[in-house]
Amino acid sequence: MSSVTAIRRPSVAYLETLLAGQPQLSGSPSAWINALRAEAASRLDVLALPTLRDEEWRFTDISQLARLSFSPALNRTHLEAADIAHFHIEEASTRLVFVDGVHVPQLSSTAPAASNSGVVVSNLPTALATHAAAIKAHLGRLAAFRDNVFAARNTAVLQDAAVILVPRNVALAAPVHLLFIATQKDVVSTPRCLVVAETGSAATVIEDYVVLHEPRWQEEAHFTNAVTEIALEDNARVNHIRIQREGAHAFHIANCAVSLGRSSNYQSVSVALGAQISRYNLDALLAEGAECAVDGLALIAANQLADTHTSIDHAEPHGVSRQLHKCIAGGSAHAVFNGKVMVRQGAQHSNSVQSNRNLLLSARAQVDTKPQLEIFADDVKCTHGATVGQLDLEEVFYLKSRGLSDGAARSLLTYAFAAEIINRIPVASLKHQLQRQVLAQTGSQP
Amino acid sequence: MIYQDSKTLLEVRGLRATVNGIEILKGLDFTVKSGEVHAIMGPNGSGKSTFAKVLAGHTAYEVTGGSVLFEGKNLFELAPEERARAGVFLAFQYPIEIPGVANSQFLRLTYNTVQAQRGKEELDPLEFDDFVREKMKLLEMSHDFLDRSVNEGFSGGEKKRNEILQMALLEPRLAILDETDSGLDIDALRIVSQGVNQLASKDNAIVLVTHYQRLLNYIVPDFVHVMEAGRIIKTGGKDLALELETRGYDWVAADYQAASETRVAQEVA
Repeated sequence: MSSVTAIRRPSVAYLETLLAGQPQLSGSPSAWINALRAEAASRLDVLALPTLRDEEWRFTDISQLARLSFSPALNRTHLEAADIAHFHIEEASTRLVFVDGVHVPQLSSTAPAASNSGVVVSNLPTALATHAAAIKAHLGRLAAFRDNVFAARNTAVLQDAAVILVPRNVALAAPVHLLFIATQKDVVSTPRCLVVAETGSAATVIEDYVVLHEPRWQEEAHFTNAVTEIALEDNARVNHIRIQREGAHAFHIANCAVSLGRSSNYQSVSVALGAQISRYNLDALLAEGAECAVDGLALIAANQLADTHTSIDHAEPHGVSRQLHKCIAGGSAHAVFNGKVMVRQGAQHSNSVQSNRNLLLSARAQVDTKPQLEIFADDVKCTHGATVGQLDLEEVFYLKSRGLSDGAARSLLTYAFAAEIINRIPVASLKHQLQRQVLAQTGSQP
Repeated sequence: MIYQDSKTLLEVRGLRATVNGIEILKGLDFTVKSGEVHAIMGPNGSGKSTFAKVLAGHTAYEVTGGSVLFEGKNLFELAPEERARAGVFLAFQYPIEIPGVANSQFLRLTYNTVQAQRGKEELDPLEFDDFVREKMKLLEMSHDFLDRSVNEGFSGGEKKRNEILQMALLEPRLAILDETDSGLDIDALRIVSQGVNQLASKDNAIVLVTHYQRLLNYIVPDFVHVMEAGRIIKTGGKDLALELETRGYDWVAADYQAASETRVAQEVA
């Protein structure tokens, strides 16, 4: 991919607008952050916006993105606590809130529990004051931006971030909620998250992208360009829940890179419900004996497009990975799944199960799926598969024979298809909230 | 049981149906009155299950002739869900699994849907829980049945018990049990049969579609019908099942053949 993108002329209007839109970008007090930004900015000079000719983007047409102009939020939207109360997740006592990409301490809540044990949950400037070394070791190091224009763009304007540092052998009792609220049209935001789970620690992190008010017109779009980095040191355990429920006209492009230390365990559930066009790249790199579960759900309708690209890299022996990704596409929606599982030479006794199941609810809906297994070791257990189907008529008939209308029967079966993923979310109130949302979206009323 | 003053629930006349263009039911006559228990037996491929599914309204089967009246109304004017609400129930030979939906959620949804359509009271989750637990006692079902996903990971016997539980909740006028006994061990068969017997009343009727006489030791039929090539070719009492068990089906078909030849001969004469 890099050879293709590198030689093309930059897509001037788009990238220049994005960069020119940062007049107030001030230098960071940390020289290494300035250097990181400069390095990323230099990549923007050579990288172009990907097109359908790029293998990694062949199903996802983002040319609309180039035609619209976005700039960072110039005016702050003032929100009271009550305005965002409905986004709260009961179990999460710690919450960092970003509005249009800007951290709002008044809306955030860093519970006292976090300060005792040396746990850090704060925005980047605050965290840098006390934990510069830990941050420097990971920030910008996991999410590669050399060949990724969106990661490069996010890094080039890196100013703030949500930072979670969990010290050695500390287990966070409650989940941490990272809430990113979009409130304005024509705004580009560049959310950034860094999670470092030290040896033997455990944490649950909820990354949540929401819209304050559903915009009415396609022209009222916003653009979220997010990057998340998660480092699990040896034996650490991280539950990562990612919910993308932005407005139906939003563009959401996100990169997440996860590094799994020896015998660490990463469990992730990502759910994409919103955005006109969304793209989520998740790269997980497994050290010896590491274990990950990467589950995902895209539930889309109308003319939405949701693209999920995952890469699970068994770099060392005895790694275990499991993946179930489901897409439900109605209307003329288009779902894309590209899941690569790589087993490197010498990564013996790797065990990987990957499954992609897709449900098409209308004749115009479309799914492109590409599960890929690349194995360079000879003693491994790997399976993968993909299915694309419609609702089973026998199942619909069964429910109708119990008195449910055709619509209710179809909704219930669609809900059930989605629920298998939603039910894996280990935070009860969030799970119930999403169950209701999915039920409403599948229109399950008898 | 046969009652003197019972009403006709189901009246099937000359029913013909095809699946994928192949005629399976070829002029079937069948009458059921309230209070009665009927058993339909017959070799594989004789059309028993097709008949059950046609009554429930499965869209894969096309009705090409004849009539079916349910409580005097044309059954074919009703969609499958309307038949269910009107009181037709089919216990499936192979109940479907719905991973991701709790059995309690599913049972309450179907119960409340049917109740609302019948103009009766719906139950909230707590009320329903009490109500369904009473019904579950009939079938010796443990409470964890409610928390598990619908039929997912259920054994054959558990699935069939779950079917009869739905019958208990929906209180049909006409229950058609399609091979409910297939694949059950003796204990499960006893439990399922006891459940069905307790649900049988003077106001409803039960049609058992089965291969095996064994079931009829537990649920005693008033009528036993033999189906062959899409028609009912013989009807008798419960002793007919025992005779079929020892003699097989061939003699019934031979008798039927001889009888129709005689009839044709008489007509010609």
